[in-house]
Amino acid sequence: MIETFRFALRGLAANKLRSGLTTLGIMIGVGAVIVLVAVGTGASAAVANSISALGTNLLTVSAQGGRDAGKPLTVADARALVDPLGAPDVATATPVVTSGNVSVTQSDTTASVRQFIGAEPAYLEATNSTIASGSSFTSTDLAEARKVVVLGATTASNLFSTQDAVGGQVLVNGLPFTVVGVLEAKGGTGFGDPDDMAVAPLSTVQNMLTGYGGLSQILVTARSADVMAQAQAEITTILSNRHGIANPARADFRVSNPTQVLAARSEATETFTVLLAAVAAISLLVGGIGITNIMLVTVTERIREIGVRKALGAPSGAILGQFLTEATLLGLLGGGLGVAAGLAASGLQISGITPVVSWPSVALAFGVSALVGLVFGGYPAHRAARLRPIEALRHD
Amino acid sequence: MTAIEITGLHKVYGTGSTRVHALRGVDMTVQKGEYVAIVGASGSGKSTLLNILGCLDAPSEGSYRLDGIEVSTFTESELSLLRNRKIGFVFQSFNLIPRTTALSNVELPLVYAGMARKHRRERARAALDLVGIGHRADHTPTQLSGGEQQRVAIARALVTAPTLVLADEPTGNLDSRNSADVLAVFDRLNTAGRTIVMITHEADVAAHAHRTVRVHDGRIVAGVLA
Ligand SMILES: Nc1ncnc2c1ncn2[C@@H]1O[C@H](COP(=O)(O)OP(=O)(O)OP(=O)(O)O)[C@@H](O)[C@H]1O
Ligand SMILES: [Mg+2]
Repeated sequence: MIETFRFALRGLAANKLRSGLTTLGIMIGVGAVIVLVAVGTGASAAVANSISALGTNLLTVSAQGGRDAGKPLTVADARALVDPLGAPDVATATPVVTSGNVSVTQSDTTASVRQFIGAEPAYLEATNSTIASGSSFTSTDLAEARKVVVLGATTASNLFSTQDAVGGQVLVNGLPFTVVGVLEAKGGTGFGDPDDMAVAPLSTVQNMLTGYGGLSQILVTARSADVMAQAQAEITTILSNRHGIANPARADFRVSNPTQVLAARSEATETFTVLLAAVAAISLLVGGIGITNIMLVTVTERIREIGVRKALGAPSGAILGQFLTEATLLGLLGGGLGVAAGLAASGLQISGITPVVSWPSVALAFGVSALVGLVFGGYPAHRAARLRPIEALRHD
Repeated sequence: MTAIEITGLHKVYGTGSTRVHALRGVDMTVQKGEYVAIVGASGSGKSTLLNILGCLDAPSEGSYRLDGIEVSTFTESELSLLRNRKIGFVFQSFNLIPRTTALSNVELPLVYAGMARKHRRERARAALDLVGIGHRADHTPTQLSGGEQQRVAIARALVTAPTLVLADEPTGNLDSRNSADVLAVFDRLNTAGRTIVMITHEADVAAHAHRTVRVHDGRIVAGVLA
């Protein structure tokens, strides 16, 4: 048994380059399976995460610049949507203005904030955001258009690093704002950091940044996730009336359900994961063919040696064992290195996606690599072991 | 005591137009402790006969008794045991395992016999000393001369203390000095009681044997009896 192992090791060592390349092939196959599946799983997890971050009963109404440039969305539109009679399934409606990539300065540090949002205090609840420290702005802040701001987790750490941001001063487009609160992080989604944002009172933002044109959005929450369709219909009816729209196809607004959009996206990610896994499986298969090929060459090249061993009284089992051990060692070695490399690579961010290692895929890839060695190495070994000694000795 | 007893042995290679009738009814007996030389023209069937004696090949027809046991009906696993315990084979082309030291080569039959490592090493060293090559134990085949390789191969053939030592032109690839060394080893083995059957083309080599068997066209034509 120990001897079989020693013969196998000696066999592998006899042709280090070839053994090394075969190991490399398997290693790449196994590593690819682990990394690609982890990336796919990571992407799916990110999408699922952003769905729950948004809340499942959220609808957004946005202006749609129609051909005849319809009416803009107004605060009055938002108020009209909260109507227990006309829209029994709508819980809240919050007007929102958004300004992208606003530069914000804190003493020497300047950061570009991805989304600078003007809204009412209800915005935070509607978007499932929680305050990590400090507090939200108040309706008084809103009424008096005070220059106060709540920062997203990323923005806060960009500007204040580890310092406490609450109570600090920042310059937004050169105008001083007081930070009143910092939000809890929602986590990366892979499609833009949702924590790179700031929220200030609607009136303030309209004053300073966006002016008093139309709203960017009205955020509507339905009473529950089950009545989304009804709420959507009610909103459409009310706004069509207010904007005087007869043909729904030519509406100047659009009601969308971000959860649905994300759900579609998550289906797309799943397809993407399957594709990645298929590519990886193919590379593992190619690695397996590599082992078979090498074992065939190794066995053929050493048929004379097999003949000598048989002439000295080696039973078929010992010959088979030696070559099977060689093939399995190659498979296990490549598999082990592949797992190590795959896990190491899965620790990195890959194009904005944090890979999530899927342990079944690790086990499967490793198992397959060992099995590949056993099965594909077994065939040529079996053939060699069955030869009559004299046939093997005559071979050249 | 009879070591080898074969009767009515035939060997046919291939089929159809490539069919070769290499042995055509061979009868032969070798006593224990005998030293027999097999001679004959090239292609007469000498190697075919010796390979069957060494259980490396199976006869097409006929009976082969080794130490009184009929072996022509043995299974492959019984044959490998037989090759390991009772037969030592020396080839014209040495056939040492490449990249493996002389000591490990000589150890190999004992590995397959399942002997413990320490015991194995001692036996292998003793065998190397016996053929006068103990000082080359850690050399690999490429680091040895032809004569040295052949002596390692002989040590490997006798390390299991087999009943029968078979050699197919063991001096065929050696110069006269190395041949003399190798033949001296065979002489000593025979004096120590081993049964030896050796194929050779040279009369002076055959002169070392007690008896010469001549093969012609797949039949034994002289020296049948002991
Ligand atoms: N594997 C084989 N397949 C077909 N024919 C074979 C095979 N081995 C040997 N023969 C034929 O059998 C005959 C006897 O061969 P063998 O090797 O026994 O001769 P030999 O007496 O040992 O000759 P040499 O002195 O040249 O070694 C030859 O005609 C040879 O061509
Ligand atoms: Mg011959």
